[in-house]
Amino acid sequence: MIKICIIYDKLRFEEKKIYSDIQQKGFEATLVDGKSLTFDTESSKRDPRFGDIVFQRVISYNRGLHLTYCLEQMGLPVVNSFKVSEICGNKLITSLILKKNNVPTPKTTFAFSTESARECMKNLGYPLVVKPIIGSWGRGVYQIKDQSMAEMMLDSRQDNDNSFSRIYYFQELIDRPSRDIRCIVIGDQVVASVFRYSSENEWRTNVAVGGRTEIAPLTSELQEIVLKASNAVGGGILGVDLMEDKDRGYLVHEVNNTVEFRGASTVCKSDIAGAMTDYLVKNSSK
Amino acid sequence: MKKECKDCGAELTIPQDSMVGEIITCPDCGTDFEIVSKTDETVEMKEAESVGEDWGQ
Repeated sequence: MIKICIIYDKLRFEEKKIYSDIQQKGFEATLVDGKSLTFDTESSKRDPRFGDIVFQRVISYNRGLHLTYCLEQMGLPVVNSFKVSEICGNKLITSLILKKNNVPTPKTTFAFSTESARECMKNLGYPLVVKPIIGSWGRGVYQIKDQSMAEMMLDSRQDNDNSFSRIYYFQELIDRPSRDIRCIVIGDQVVASVFRYSSENEWRTNVAVGGRTEIAPLTSELQEIVLKASNAVGGGILGVDLMEDKDRGYLVHEVNNTVEFRGASTVCKSDIAGAMTDYLVKNSSK
Repeated sequence: MKKECKDCGAELTIPQDSMVGEIITCPDCGTDFEIVSKTDETVEMKEAESVGEDWGQ
């Protein structure tokens, strides 16, 4: 019997749903806390807990990335792969990969010191959007409307010891409706597409900051762009986020590696967890 | 199942269908606890990790 291992560090709705779905489909499932694992340079034997494929659902980007590397070195198939995780967890790398693969994406500028960030913002003009290159749920994402806000942001970044806080990611502010689109891609299938509307007095659309979801029609144009974005980062089980620019149409601004789908599952008829299980079974080592 | 919050003493209700790894938040002080083991009669919890800057999806 095929055995699928879900590695987590904080059990969410999604991991529970996938765990029960794997069992309902007649396969074996294990839940392993990534925080409890240890590896060494001699680790080569297969630990029975990891089964025939590992579904990496760790919430900490750095923990998940390094765990994935250890598991892959042991010869285990991991979804998503180290390479895909590395690209998707870092917005700077994602933006460059999307652009290189001709996926429409917002114009984004990077700076690597306080001084160059200040110069950058002056040249780009306001408003603009600043995002941390690592992180999620809209945290640290701000609209910078003028120079005084820019100085406040720079001050706050200087007070932060995080090694990524001196890497600046500036994105053009897109003229869009008060919503974005989240598409869930599994292999070569787009299994769900939802609008995420921002809540009152909030411009960010993340469900984590109060955004609400509604089903979005999956047009052939949307499907094509989403699959192109998924392929650009290496494919797997991904969440592709897009904005609708009034002039340019769809722009992909993010690809999520451990995609959350609680919001999408409440409005979509498709069986998202079931499709994930099918993909894991298909890609297992058995 | 009921437990007492180690921080403020408030009563925590542990849902019957909760699983190891899930987070229980104290309704009074907001402290997050992670379930580390669970049987039909007992549940063990520890204070959960604080949200990291690299947390996300």
